Amino acid sequence: MANVLQTSFLPSTSSLRRTPISGSKGKSPVLQVKAKIREIFMPALSSTMTEGKIVSWMKSEGDKLSKGESVVVVESDKADMDVESFHEGFLAAIMVEEGGVAPVGSAIALLAETEDEIAEAKAKSQSSSSSSSSSSQKAVEEQPKQIEEAAPDVPAASSVAAAPPVSAPKTVALGSAVHPASEGGKRIVASPYAKKLAKELKVDLWTVVGTGPMGRIVAKDVEAAAVAGAVDASPGKPAPVAPGIELGTVVPFTTMQGAVSRNMVESLSVPTFRVGYTITTNALDALYKKIKSKGVTMTALLAKATALALAQHPVVNSCCRDGNSFTYNSSINVAVAVAIDGGLITPVLQDADKVDIYTLSRKWKELVDKARAKQLQPHEYNTGTFTLSNLGMFGVDRFDAILPPGTGAIMAVGASQPTVVASKDGRIGMKNQMQVNVTADHRVIYGADLAAFLQTLAKIVEDPKDLTF
Amino acid sequence: MHSICSQATAVPRSNFAFDSHAPALPTSKPINLRFCGLRKEAFGFSGLTHSCSSRVRFTSRGHSKRISASAENNGTPPKSFDYDLIIIGAGVGGHGAALHAVEKGLKTAIIEGDVVGGTCVNRGCVPSKALLAVSGKMRELQSEHHMKALGLQVSAAGYDRQGVADHANNLASKIRSNLTNSMKALGVDILTGFGTVVGPQKVKYGKVGFPDNIVTAKDIIIATGSVPFVPKGIEVDGKTVITSDHALKLESVPDWIAIVGSGYIGLEFSDVYTALGSEVTFIEALDQLMPGFDPEIGKLAQRVLINPRKIDYHTGVFATKITPAKDGKPVTIELIDAKTKEPKDTLEVDAALIATGRAPFTNGLGLENINVETQRGFVPVDERMRVIDANGNLVPHLYCIGDANGKMMLAHAASAQGISVVEQVTGRDHVLNHLSIPAACFTHPEISMVGLTEPQAREKAEKEGFEVSVAKTSFKANTKALAENEGEGIAKLIYRPDNGEILGVHIFGLHAADLIHEASNAIALGTRIQDIKFAVHAHPTLSEVLDELFKSAKVKATALSHVPVSEPVAV
Repeated sequence: MANVLQTSFLPSTSSLRRTPISGSKGKSPVLQVKAKIREIFMPALSSTMTEGKIVSWMKSEGDKLSKGESVVVVESDKADMDVESFHEGFLAAIMVEEGGVAPVGSAIALLAETEDEIAEAKAKSQSSSSSSSSSSQKAVEEQPKQIEEAAPDVPAASSVAAAPPVSAPKTVALGSAVHPASEGGKRIVASPYAKKLAKELKVDLWTVVGTGPMGRIVAKDVEAAAVAGAVDASPGKPAPVAPGIELGTVVPFTTMQGAVSRNMVESLSVPTFRVGYTITTNALDALYKKIKSKGVTMTALLAKATALALAQHPVVNSCCRDGNSFTYNSSINVAVAVAIDGGLITPVLQDADKVDIYTLSRKWKELVDKARAKQLQPHEYNTGTFTLSNLGMFGVDRFDAILPPGTGAIMAVGASQPTVVASKDGRIGMKNQMQVNVTADHRVIYGADLAAFLQTLAKIVEDPKDLTF
Repeated sequence: MHSICSQATAVPRSNFAFDSHAPALPTSKPINLRFCGLRKEAFGFSGLTHSCSSRVRFTSRGHSKRISASAENNGTPPKSFDYDLIIIGAGVGGHGAALHAVEKGLKTAIIEGDVVGGTCVNRGCVPSKALLAVSGKMRELQSEHHMKALGLQVSAAGYDRQGVADHANNLASKIRSNLTNSMKALGVDILTGFGTVVGPQKVKYGKVGFPDNIVTAKDIIIATGSVPFVPKGIEVDGKTVITSDHALKLESVPDWIAIVGSGYIGLEFSDVYTALGSEVTFIEALDQLMPGFDPEIGKLAQRVLINPRKIDYHTGVFATKITPAKDGKPVTIELIDAKTKEPKDTLEVDAALIATGRAPFTNGLGLENINVETQRGFVPVDERMRVIDANGNLVPHLYCIGDANGKMMLAHAASAQGISVVEQVTGRDHVLNHLSIPAACFTHPEISMVGLTEPQAREKAEKEGFEVSVAKTSFKANTKALAENEGEGIAKLIYRPDNGEILGVHIFGLHAADLIHEASNAIALGTRIQDIKFAVHAHPTLSEVLDELFKSAKVKATALSHVPVSEPVAV
C-alpha cells in the first residue's frame, strides 16, 4: 500500500557498516562489504508531519523481512499508514516501541542483512538507544492523552524489548484453584480481557489464581495480582514497625505509598474546612454490646449510622468533579480507612444505607480480610462517596482528616470516652462521648450542610434503634 | 471503445439492455442501450475490450433462448394460469419481487412456510440492527474519554438485557407487519405453507397435516433463502452453543463467548457482545481475521474493532468439535490446525456462537421434479437468475433469487435480483450488475464496500492489461467526523486512471454504511470519476469524505476529453 512512501526508508548512507566481529577471521572480505545494518527511519508521511507515532509493529525482532513487506504502522497528523521495507533482511532491533513517538528522520529500528548480525545490531541499538529510548520514553509521557485517544490498543504493546517484564512475585499464587480445563495446571485458562490486561500490567498469568467460573482467570484476578505485586514489590523494606527500619536510608515509596502521596498533594487544590461535633454514645454502646455476639462491629455500626444520616443530607454525599457542578452520587458508599502494612487503603461498604447491619458487618469482615491479603478489587476500594477514619481505638480523642480527592467529605472519629457532663435539668452526670470532625469540600458542602448532617448523625447515634431496622 | 460506444448510445442511466427481439414496448426508450449493464457476473466482465460488436453477439445469444421460451407463451390466455407470477419465499427478495411485479401489473402470489420477512427481518439484518444500535450507544456512554472530550458527564451506563432483547424483537415484528401490510395492500396473495415445485409452471403448497393446494403460474421465482450453516462436529443446543438465530433473541449475555467465524455476522455480534460486557474469542479458519474485506480495511478494522476491545482470537484453526455446557461443565471447543490438522488447543468458554456463514434452504423444493440438481445446496442459475437444469439447459419460466442461488448473499441483492427477474418476465431484458451492489457491516464504526477489493482489482488488471490506481482519504480530515469526535477511519477508491472507471470503494468509519451509496450508484450508472468529482457535497458533512476521495483520484488527461454529463447552462 505504501508505495508512495518509498522514499521513507532511506538506505542509510551513514549506516553502521560493520567490520567483522573478532573471531570470524575466516570470513571472506566480500562479506564485510555486503554485510551491513541499516537503520529504519521514521518516514515523512505528509508535508506537515514533524513526528510520527508508532501504532504497531507488524514484525517482531528477529523476523525476516522481504522487500515490500509492511513492517510498521505509523500514525501521522493525518492518517495511519503502513510502512514497507525496501530491503531484505531481518528486523534486528526495535528502537521505538509501539505507542512511542519519534521525530521524522530518526531511527526507529535496525535492519540486519543476515541473521548473524541480529545480535550485533541489538547491541548497537542498546548503546545508541540508551539515550534515544529515554527521549522516546519522554515523548511518550508527554503525549499520553493523545495516545489514549488515538489508539487505545497502544498500551498493550511494549512487551518486546526494553525492561524485562516485572512479573508479579510468585507468592501471589497462594491458592490452588485449578481450572478443570487447565489439565492440572499445565495450561492457563484466562479470559480474553484477562490476557490483555496481563500483558499490559506485565503480570505473569502462571502466578495468578483464577476466581472466575470454574477457576478461570478473569480481569479482576489480574488486576488484583498487579496491585498485590506492586504492594509486595519492595518486600521487607518498608516495615511499618520501628525495628524494620534502617535508619539513615532513603526508601522509595511503594506503589501504594506513591498513590497516597499523590492523593494527598492533590487534595491541596480543594478548599476544605472542618466542622466538629460531640456525640453521646451510651445508647450506641449498649446496642453494640447487645448485638456484638451476632458479629456486628463498631465500624459497621458507625458506617451504618453515617450512611443513614447521609441519606437525609445528599449534599454531604456529593462531590465536585470539575469545579462547576455538584455531582450527586446515586448510592451511598462509605469508605473506611484501614492501615495496612506500609500503607493505607479504604475498603468501601457499598450502599451502606440500604444493606442491613448484619450483612454490612459480614461484608466489612470480608473486605478487611481481603485488604490484608491484598486482594481487594479496584471497585472495592475506589468507589467510596464518603470516608470514615476512626483512630478511637488508639485513644485519640480528636483529629483532623485530609479529604480524599473525588469525594466531598471525610469524617474523623475519635474515641468514645466517659465524660462528666452537665445535663439540661442542672444535674451532673457521666456520659460516654465521642468527638467527630468532618472535613469537607466547601465548593459543594457548606457549613450549614455539615451542621445539619452532624445533628442528624448525633440523633441517630443517640437513638440507634434505626440501625438494626 | 467502451466509452465512445456508450456515449454514442445515449445517456448512461440504467442497467437495461435493449431487447430488439422482444415485442417492442412503446415505453422502452433507447435509454436502455447502455451496455455496461451487460456485465455478466460479478467478476467476469471485461471492461477494456468491450466493443460494440461483442455486445451484439452477446445479446443475441441471450435472445435465442428467450424467443423459444416466449414463443410458447405468446398468445396463451392468462386465465389458464392461476397467477402470472408465484414467488416461493416471502423474505426481502420475494417481497421486492412481489412489489415490483404488482407495479408491472402482474397477478402475483407469494408462498411462505414460516413468517413473512424471512431471515433478514426476523433473524438477521433487522433485529441485529436493533442490538447494534444499543451497542453503539453503550459504547459511546462507556467511553469516558470520548464523553469528556465532548464535555459531557455521564455516570455509569447500564442496560437491562430483557429491554434490549424486546427492542430487537419489537423492531422485527414491526418491520414484519409493515412488509405483510404492504403486500396485502397491493393485492399480493399470501399463501401459507411450504412451496414445492411439482412440474413446469406448477407449484403445490400446504401446511403439514393439511391437504396440498396446487397452483399454476406463468413464471415462478424461488426465493427460499438460507439458514445458518453449522459445520459438522458442532452440537447446537440453542442455549450455550448458538447460531445467529438464537443470539438475536439475546436470551443471555455470557461472560465469555467464542465466535466461530470472523465475517460480517461474527464481527457484528462481537460488537454487540463486547458492548454489553462479554469477552469474546474469535475462531477463524483462515490466517487472517475478516477475510472477506479489502486487506487494508481489514487491518485497520482489526486495529479499531478487535485489538482495543476485550477480544482475542485464534486464526488458522478449525473448531472440529463443540460441546454445549452441561452438568456444570463449560462449553468445550476443540481446535485443530487448519493446515496440518493437528490438534492445537481446547477452549472452555461460557458460550459459542456459530457464525460460519449460511447454507441455502432448498431442501424439499421439489427441484428433482424438473431435473435440477443443486450445487452444495445452491440452485444453479445464469446471469439472469434463470434456473439451469442438470443437463445445463435453462428451465423455462423458473427463476431463483437471493441466498438460494448463492450469487451474493445479501438481502438487498436478493431484492435487486427479484426486480431484475420481474423486468425480464414483463418483456424487458435486464441483467443485474452485482459489482454495483454495496455491502455493509454495522460495527462501530461501520464498514462498507462496493465493487472489487484491491487484490481482486489488481488481478483483473493484470489479466486484462490495464492500470489500477488507489486513492485514499481519512476521516481525520473531515470536519463533521471531528465534530463527532469520531475521526477514526478511511475511505479507499480503486479505479482505472486511464478512463476514470470506479472499480471499488471501501469505507471504514462513522456512518460508512450510509456513505457507500454515492459510490455504488456511480458504479451502477457508469459515472466516471472525472464527472462525479464535480458534484457538490454539502458542507460540513461526512459525505465530503467521498468528495475528497474522488477529487484526490488522478485520472489521465486523455480520459477527460469526453463530453461531460451535462453541458454547462447558465441560470
